[in-house]
Amino acid sequence: MDEPQTLILKVNGQEYKLRPDSRTTVLDALREQIGLTGTKKGCDHGQCGACTVHLEGERVLSCLLLVEGLAGREITTIEGIADPAGELHPMQQAFIDHDAFQCGYCTPGQIMSAIACVKEGHAGSRMEIQEFMSGNLCRCAAYPNIIEAIEAVRAAVLDPANSIQ
Amino acid sequence: MSFTESALKLFHLGEGPPDRSKRFAAIGRDLPRVDGRAKVTGTATYAAEWPVENLVHGAVIDSEIARGTVRSIDDSVALAAPGVLAVVTHENAPRLASYPKKGAGFPLTGEGGLGEVRQPLQDPTIYYGAQSIAVIVAETSEQARFAANLVKVEYDVQPPELDMDAASWTTRPTEFSGGEALQRGDESVEKALEGAPVRLEREYENPIYHHNPIEILASIACWEQRGGKDRLLLYDTTRSVDMLRDVVCHSFGLPLDCVHIVSKFIGGAFGSKAWTYHNPLLVALAAKVAGRPLRLEWRRQQVWSIGGHRPAQRHRLRIGAEPDGHMRALHHWTRQHSSMISGYTEYGSRMTKMMYAVPELGFTNELAHLNLPSPSVMRGPGFLTGGWALETALDELASELSIDPIELRLRNYAEIDPDTGLPFSNKHLRDCYDRGKERFGWDARHAKPSTQRIGRDLVGYGMASAMHPAAQQEASATVTLHADGTATARSATHELGNGSYTVFRQIAADGVALPIERVTFDLGDTTFPKAPPTHGSITTATVGPAVLDAATDAIAKLKDLASKDRASPLHGAKAERIEARAGRLHLFGDPATGEDYGTILRRAGVQEVTGKADVKPGLERMRYAFYSFGAVFAEVRVDSDTGVVRVARLCGVYDCGRLINPRTARSQLMGGMIFGLGAALTEETIFDPVNGLPVTRNLADYHVPACADTPDITIEVLNIPDPHIGELGAHGVGEMGTNGVPPAIGNAIFNATGHRLRSLPYTPDKLIKAYRHG
Ligand code: FES
Ligand code: FES
Repeated sequence: MDEPQTLILKVNGQEYKLRPDSRTTVLDALREQIGLTGTKKGCDHGQCGACTVHLEGERVLSCLLLVEGLAGREITTIEGIADPAGELHPMQQAFIDHDAFQCGYCTPGQIMSAIACVKEGHAGSRMEIQEFMSGNLCRCAAYPNIIEAIEAVRAAVLDPANSIQ
Repeated sequence: MSFTESALKLFHLGEGPPDRSKRFAAIGRDLPRVDGRAKVTGTATYAAEWPVENLVHGAVIDSEIARGTVRSIDDSVALAAPGVLAVVTHENAPRLASYPKKGAGFPLTGEGGLGEVRQPLQDPTIYYGAQSIAVIVAETSEQARFAANLVKVEYDVQPPELDMDAASWTTRPTEFSGGEALQRGDESVEKALEGAPVRLEREYENPIYHHNPIEILASIACWEQRGGKDRLLLYDTTRSVDMLRDVVCHSFGLPLDCVHIVSKFIGGAFGSKAWTYHNPLLVALAAKVAGRPLRLEWRRQQVWSIGGHRPAQRHRLRIGAEPDGHMRALHHWTRQHSSMISGYTEYGSRMTKMMYAVPELGFTNELAHLNLPSPSVMRGPGFLTGGWALETALDELASELSIDPIELRLRNYAEIDPDTGLPFSNKHLRDCYDRGKERFGWDARHAKPSTQRIGRDLVGYGMASAMHPAAQQEASATVTLHADGTATARSATHELGNGSYTVFRQIAADGVALPIERVTFDLGDTTFPKAPPTHGSITTATVGPAVLDAATDAIAKLKDLASKDRASPLHGAKAERIEARAGRLHLFGDPATGEDYGTILRRAGVQEVTGKADVKPGLERMRYAFYSFGAVFAEVRVDSDTGVVRVARLCGVYDCGRLINPRTARSQLMGGMIFGLGAALTEETIFDPVNGLPVTRNLADYHVPACADTPDITIEVLNIPDPHIGELGAHGVGEMGTNGVPPAIGNAIFNATGHRLRSLPYTPDKLIKAYRHG
């Protein structure tokens, strides 16, 4: 048998060496090996959106993504969108301002999805936001406030005087 | 009270007049959550996320049958798999004491009790499908999950009992959870029903519902030997650290101080995640066998069996009324299932027994024991489903008698509690109807069904009353004033989205007269002062007074220090002459004569002073009936071809005492309303009627509301402090929003289509069937 190779995963600009196991998902790697537990597990099979991260800037479900084969590709998690001790990302701030969560468990996934939703140009109207945010379940049902938070950030993006990255 | 007068007392959330109570600066304010930053940055630590050295991982094997026994378990291949450390089954698990009979005064066992009586991994009997029968412990979670597939289990199978009507073991439990009567009624109810000029008899049924919080059950169990004793540190998703500790100590035969349970953030519960299930015990057992700290995150597929659910129920409502709509007699019969190892009874008539002024009231609650998993409380237990049946029956009566549904409810308005004969502590339901009528635009409703159309959609308006008890339990808290001018409050309550960190910090801040930024509140730890489970919407009204009293006690101790200190400007002053304001004690009416808290403490040579409080509901509970009320309105669009129902608008007006924080309260009510929408339209758990295994085992087959299902929501809260529930005047709001939504939607569907659906959820197949058969 070949010696298993070490797996490498690049998260938030940093490379992590992982146990060689071809079954390891990005979600479990983050939570169980790297210690970045901001990304949540709600179903482990692609139905709830709690595990949403960005792969090269696009939203993906980390529970459906195996670490193997991601060499050299960039994952961004909730811990990587802003300095946790410093200024928040505008979407994080909007979620606080609009009380867009209760228990907070779906929240990192909602925020990662929401940032992508605005970037994709899928936040044009309430209806569009509702449609393109429906992959992220919130059992506390903070939806009306999530929609408001995203609308507020989108409005800020559209206002050039107020632009965000 | 005239309408103008009552309208003056009302205001929309967040735009109300300032609280007149001098003492309350933070209480009642619309403040953002203090744990918001932790939640949006992913730094809030949930149970499965604690960093623990030397951790191993577990995976649980479920039974593939619903009734019978495990004949043999062959774990040889699994044990030889890479990384596997142990396979824990009923054959090698340490023995546990039998399940405790009581927990914090609640009966856990017996008919009407709350718990699942079976202890995990103690015997080979299978009582329901997907029952936990073994735990694989391995170095990594991948290895544990893989090895779980390598265990071969053989069974002696028996045919499961799965039909509520054909059950061989049925009972009529006398009490729900050791308190409320589950049976009432005699000849006189029957006579009054028979003699009534108008009679209505209807049957309704609701399916099994599952809580499905997004965070799945999880525990990390860490054993150690210290001082010659076994000690357990348990991180768990529980919303009842103290009760769970009682159960763990009893089960493992450990003294209270040897078990430490921590639950800082809970990813939603809605009635699950209590102390009543075996999951934490099973993890602790397996960790003991493994001899290493064990982390076990359950799978979403497994919560359909091991985390409780709202049982399926059938309701029969019988109403006897006058032609003008006055009800003379009302009887509510309910039958539901429980498991073979639980006496949990969903109390269907909890709303019926107290909602309307009916002289002759009766109810029956029957239990059928089946080979299904054990049910449990779920948001609005009994109120959501039984209340749905009642409020639908009322709508049927209104339509039969051609009376406006609100008018019918007003004609039967209860001025005193029909259940106990006591006056209500703070009931303003009339105002809820009035405000709801106006905010929703009820007058635009067409009384005649099926007369409003937009394209293919039939449009309908419906309403329902809602209620929830404003219960209280015993709780304790401490508040410590520090010499640096800050304060720390503590109580072993929980944060599961209810805003505990925020509202108790607000209460503590006002209690010690400090700005909220200088105060912290901590929770979720069995080493803190005791608090009850976070259930029954009791938390604000239970822990709030404890925090307030502990703060008051801390200030009293500080006054004492100052008054006894010759060097203090307050030397010799009586406590009642001293006022606490903005971090200083000074003489009433003389702010210049005083000093700040830190100065008093430092001169006394202490770093801090701690106030304590143990509170319990008092005699006022004997004098008043404590309830919250609400009026809920729905506008639906029903596709006249496909039968698909969309809720366009929901409007709820609630009367639930003083709001400590209008923002978090509004969110809870709003979330509750959408939770109710899921119960009304899409949620339904199915167990295979032949083999008893769960069929809906994921979030695609069991559809909880998604963002796209969100209607336009209007919420208004009267915000009238309850004068009889202590200084805070607050009720809890956790479950209030859920109740009333399914009947409001169902009644709107009738108004839209002329078809009365009597079974939840209102799925398109039921409407299509109704369209076909008229
Ligand atoms: S955990 Fe990945 S979608 Fe649910
Ligand atoms: S905030 Fe609790 S699940 Fe979304």
